[in-house]
Amino acid sequence: MNSSAAIAQNVPQIEIFGVTKSYGTGQKVLESLDLTVCREEFVSIIGASGCGKSTILKLISGLTSPTSGTIRVEGMTPVNARETVSYVFQEATLLPWRTVSDNIGLSLELEGVAGDRRKKKIASLLQLVGLNHVADAYPRELSGGMKMRVSIARALATNPRLLLLDEPFAALDEMSRDHLNEELLRLRGEQKWAAVFVTHSVAEAVFLSDRIIVLAPNPGRIHAIFPVTLPSSRGAALRTSSEFDALVSRISHSLRETLAA
Amino acid sequence: MKQRAITAMNALAVFAAFLLLWQIVLWVFHVAPYMLPSPLAVAKAIGARLPSLLDSLAITAEESAGGLAASIAVGVIVALFFAQSRWVRKMFYPYTLLLQTVPIIAIAPLILMWVGAGQPAVTLIAFIISLAPIIANTTQGLISVDENLVHLFLMHNASRRQLLFKLRLPHAVPSLFVGIRIASGIAVIGAITGELYAGSSRVGQGGLGYSILYASSQLQTDYLFALVFAATVLGFSFFFIVMFLEWYFLHRWHESARVMETE
Repeated sequence: MNSSAAIAQNVPQIEIFGVTKSYGTGQKVLESLDLTVCREEFVSIIGASGCGKSTILKLISGLTSPTSGTIRVEGMTPVNARETVSYVFQEATLLPWRTVSDNIGLSLELEGVAGDRRKKKIASLLQLVGLNHVADAYPRELSGGMKMRVSIARALATNPRLLLLDEPFAALDEMSRDHLNEELLRLRGEQKWAAVFVTHSVAEAVFLSDRIIVLAPNPGRIHAIFPVTLPSSRGAALRTSSEFDALVSRISHSLRETLAA
Repeated sequence: MKQRAITAMNALAVFAAFLLLWQIVLWVFHVAPYMLPSPLAVAKAIGARLPSLLDSLAITAEESAGGLAASIAVGVIVALFFAQSRWVRKMFYPYTLLLQTVPIIAIAPLILMWVGAGQPAVTLIAFIISLAPIIANTTQGLISVDENLVHLFLMHNASRRQLLFKLRLPHAVPSLFVGIRIASGIAVIGAITGELYAGSSRVGQGGLGYSILYASSQLQTDYLFALVFAATVLGFSFFFIVMFLEWYFLHRWHESARVMETE
């Protein structure tokens, strides 16, 4: 890793200060959350159901606002920073009446990118996620894994500097999931975005992340933070290494503590 | 293709069996022709009076199609209005139910009084009776969009226009077709019912409903049957045209149209 990259990584991409979020009934989902995500950093959030994982993504994207506390994305309010952010949902959320190409082009279309530039970008994205052969297919003709690739390509179309991923691979079988994890790492290596990745899978989090946040429920708060010190060039072989296993079991243990408390 | 041919043959066989049963009833019970004419007599009546039958059919088709087209146009606009907010729906939705529940027979005389007998009045009746299903189904389609898709659009700073034209409207098209399918059947019924009251402004010639009244008063039962047959054909044609359009527009991406293909 060269020094300029190291400097870039110390610039904050997301700053969350003392954020509390409660819903109408007064029930607290998150309590005084502090979190900084640096540029080009990949952070995973893991925790039991209902500990506010998805709420954190909604807050960062400005789809919901905090009850108290502040959130800055590249120094801007979340709503103003949306041009720099893409969201990947748990389901592929494709438009069923559009072909794969037109789905990938949707985000560009909404942001008013001209037709010929859009076509070029779509072509390169199809190449990037390996979907050239189904460019004109409709979503119902695709497998779950392929739909998710389309969803990721659509998210990358606008050249985001931050990707928010809400359990994007939870509905896939393990093979597709592992494969897409490797793909995601490759894409990140090429494009250098920061990511906040919500997942239920400890192994997935360890494989992908620079840092892992374990959340405790009722109300959601940070229980522990694990830096991931594995080599930055990771491949499928990493999953069978002893360091990988050791970290997975440490984090699993921490996760169990949050449930016992 | 072979599957389809077999299906069609089976349907035709049922029809033939029905005609046979009809004829047997006549032979066994010696029913008077003015009570129940034979299938052959009905076929002869169709042949002999084909021009006037087709005229009546055309008039009723025109009224039903006009009423249906108007209810699609108005229904979609009303649905767009309803899709704006829950409050709007709560305030106005009960009145669309009224449209559906007020018996058309009861308001037909009023419409005649206001608009005068003739094709416009009948078209208006067809419009009123077929409006509710368009409004109800299209509204449902417009508001049942996946919340995450709305979020996706918001994340890319979509305008209200883009949300409407690139998300809500295309998403509502399958529901709109469900509405049109229902409405197409009742628009025909509405037109015929309307004609029973309003007849037609064309002197000496009326639509199917008007001709049915006339044939019945003259005890021309064979022609009456021919008219009923024509009315059924009209209803069927509407239904199949709508089915075809639905298939044409939706089969590439929507499940409902695919089901039609495999059935």
